[in-house]
Amino acid sequence: MATKKLVIDPLTRIEGHLRIEAVIENGVVKDAWSSSTMWRGIEQILVGRDPRELWYWTQRFCGVCTTVHSIASVRSVEDALDIAVPLNAELIRNLMIGIQAVQDHVIHFYHLHALDWVDITSALQADPAKTSALAQAIGQKYAVGVLGNRPYAKSSAQYFETIQKRVAAFAGTKRLGPFANAYWGHKAYKLPPEANLMGVAHYLEALDWQKDVIKIHALLGSKNPHPQTFLVGGMSIPVDPNSQNAINADMIAHIRELLVSAKNFVEQVYIPDLLAVASFYKEWGAIGGGGGNFDFISFGDYPTQSAVKHNDKALWLKPGRVTAADFPTLHPVRPEDITEYVTHSWYSYNGGDDKGLNPFVGETKENYTGPNPGSGKYDYLDTDNKYTWVKAPRYLDRPVEVGPLARVLIAYAQGQKEFKGVVDLVLSDLGIPASALFSTLGRTAARGIETLVTATKNLEWLDMLAANIKAGDLRVHAGEKWDPATWPKECRGVGFHEAPRGTLSHWTNIRDTKIANFQAVVPSTWNASPRDAKGQRGPYESALIGTPIADPEKPIEILRTIHSYDPCLACAVHVLDENGKELTTVKVL
Amino acid sequence: MSREKGILKESTLEAYLESRGVSRRGFLKFCSAVGATLALPASFAEKAAAALTADNRPPVVWLEFQDCAGDTESLLRATRPTAAELILDYLSLDYHETIMAAAGHQADELLYQTVNNYKGKYIAIVEGAIPTAKNGIYCMVGGRTAMAVAQEVCGNAAAIICVGTCSSFGGIQAAAPNPTGAKAVMDIISGVPIVNLPGCPVNVVNLTATVVHYLTFGSLPALDKLKRPLFAFGKRIHDNCERRAHFDQGQYVEAWGDAGHRDGWCLYKMGCKGPSTFHNCPTVRWNDGQSWPVQAGHGCVGCSEPGFWDTMGPFYDRVPNVPGFGADVTATKIGLGLVGAAAAGIAVHGVAKSLQLKATDGEEH
Repeated sequence: MATKKLVIDPLTRIEGHLRIEAVIENGVVKDAWSSSTMWRGIEQILVGRDPRELWYWTQRFCGVCTTVHSIASVRSVEDALDIAVPLNAELIRNLMIGIQAVQDHVIHFYHLHALDWVDITSALQADPAKTSALAQAIGQKYAVGVLGNRPYAKSSAQYFETIQKRVAAFAGTKRLGPFANAYWGHKAYKLPPEANLMGVAHYLEALDWQKDVIKIHALLGSKNPHPQTFLVGGMSIPVDPNSQNAINADMIAHIRELLVSAKNFVEQVYIPDLLAVASFYKEWGAIGGGGGNFDFISFGDYPTQSAVKHNDKALWLKPGRVTAADFPTLHPVRPEDITEYVTHSWYSYNGGDDKGLNPFVGETKENYTGPNPGSGKYDYLDTDNKYTWVKAPRYLDRPVEVGPLARVLIAYAQGQKEFKGVVDLVLSDLGIPASALFSTLGRTAARGIETLVTATKNLEWLDMLAANIKAGDLRVHAGEKWDPATWPKECRGVGFHEAPRGTLSHWTNIRDTKIANFQAVVPSTWNASPRDAKGQRGPYESALIGTPIADPEKPIEILRTIHSYDPCLACAVHVLDENGKELTTVKVL
Repeated sequence: MSREKGILKESTLEAYLESRGVSRRGFLKFCSAVGATLALPASFAEKAAAALTADNRPPVVWLEFQDCAGDTESLLRATRPTAAELILDYLSLDYHETIMAAAGHQADELLYQTVNNYKGKYIAIVEGAIPTAKNGIYCMVGGRTAMAVAQEVCGNAAAIICVGTCSSFGGIQAAAPNPTGAKAVMDIISGVPIVNLPGCPVNVVNLTATVVHYLTFGSLPALDKLKRPLFAFGKRIHDNCERRAHFDQGQYVEAWGDAGHRDGWCLYKMGCKGPSTFHNCPTVRWNDGQSWPVQAGHGCVGCSEPGFWDTMGPFYDRVPNVPGFGADVTATKIGLGLVGAAAAGIAVHGVAKSLQLKATDGEEH
């Protein structure tokens, strides 16, 4: 038997530092290990700080999903202090969350994932006239389809010729910069040259588009990355139709223009591209599903009324859990059913590394046992023991996938019309059954489905905001508990947020007006998790098993499945308290 | 592809730009805009245009260590030039983990090809801090520690540009108690010119201007003692702030969302650190000039100052002893009583506080 252990490190086109080790036997992945190789210890740094600035610190967990930790942090402190956030602030947050999701998913598709499916070098062989015909045919197909959008305007032969010239001039320099040394020409690339040229053109279009639509974050949040108008209790961007220093009619018009531009791009470019590319790779509807070894959860998001608690009645996306075994049966989710293991992570628990702890009573002590290469280099991790900075979160002791696929499956199971219509369109267009959603292809398609639904929904949040301002409500902040002197001596709260990459939760303990303990369970901790005490693999690890590898020197198939999760590792690694402080009070949601 | 070869050999600006689908007018407009950021005369635009079109793209490697990719995302928000132009036309971005198509050992090869083939001639851009505790095991890339990678890659560069506060000053992971021994690049690398472009994240306008300055003049811009370019960090935020008139008039926001807040009054009492921060936010702003924190209604937190995580906190407490105080304002309005509160906050982390940074004195590297 031909057995080979391969290592991909750095695993590029992700955020953070990820390493995959995999055993290949007879051309198929037999086993896999996911490792995060960087740790910053921010939670430890947070102890003793002002909870009102927690959001500013945790925002630095990640500059890609740049709003998400701020949202989870302010919600955790608001939960701890029983603060009801004004409706204007909730809607402003929804707009920032919504455009973040749309922009982030489009960047992921074109700039982080597309090069696994699109061969740039093949684009040089394309006939621009044929590419134009292809683009127009795709445009027409979806113009008359359920989406009802117009074809994308940039589809002439001349346009594609200009793009091709640009690529040719670049290739002619022989210095390919970020496009050098990739798996170009690999037989796993299946698109015809014309489709590859279209992909390259849209890679460049999307690069221009993303910087414009995210100006909504600058308008509502001062800047992007790392917007700076979040507050515990609301937002610091004022609302006043009669001021030039606040959200007024002019700014709402500007935001509307950007939201429409975002929606148009998703409808006219992203979704048609997604469906066109997917039609060449349907076999990936049977790869990367994980064989039922993990479940799917979402804790819901997008509140549409002023509320204290993460209350599912006030949320647009409803929480839930589904499993591959009994889909589409819907199960509930509860915060107390979350535990984290460190059996194979570089931490240790006082009570032994084989037990799972709920994040509210979590403890962590850094315990690095990996290689120490000095100025040299190590070859393999000790995967029988500890091998990553990521912990292993489990829901009811089961590994869980979070993210767009989980949310789409749950919304589908709930029969939520906005999602069901688009899911059915995608399935019928590709001619695949709903069961094929549990796959690498399904994961990538679900991200597109969610983007389309969210891009449409964003305009509703803006209409609601305008209507609320029209009704005379100018409140953006609940200031009653701004002064720490009004706080209880001790309290704790959890903030949930459905980030682009999945369920995020921040668990904050406050004592004597300072942060006493903080824990984050982030999307990539769920997805990139290592094995737990029972030896159950994390989702990446399970999803890779059974994947055919044509050439172990160029394991593009591994990249396809790992990238389908949109890994974001910097925030997945954490520790809270060197001494594993005991928590004295427990407040369950 | 053969018909493209001629274009590459032509040296005229028009042909070069045409091959990239850019108009001459648009290109010169960009050069002028960069010149304005650098505060250089109009003649700079022609010089920069010539430098940028000579097809002498410098090799650039972009390293990510203890980072959040926020500076990379900032790069993607570039407008003049756009990220695509920067990556394809002006630089040869040979290594950048978040963007590059190659992975694993093929990616690694690219990094060391550049280091070996262009020794002393490439630019190293660094994002993120470098952990030094326990021999650097807290950040490993391709089986090597960030320390080892930095020593080799930065140590052989022509120049190092540190993007963001983490690589410039250590950043968030270096805040007390700094569990991983995180350090700035300038604390572990010597003998190679370094430019620090702090900010959380870096404002891509300042990165672009630094790169264009280097390509045009073959040297780095004038720096202050903290190795920050004077063109971007030479002036105090408070002195260029659009809300400064309200400060001088004693018109302060007292509560989030109050009438003063809605009307754009001064955020000093809400904790704004503009009086202690040197950065060009008020003039260049963010995301193609859309806004910046103070414009949007939240105070500055001083993100481009060394150790700001410890020295500027708590972020919602006032700055004591504001320099350049307007004659119209009485001392009581500054709230001297809060000096103690701020000091107590800092004592928690046992970090020395240095709010009154000296004005820059133009020390060149």
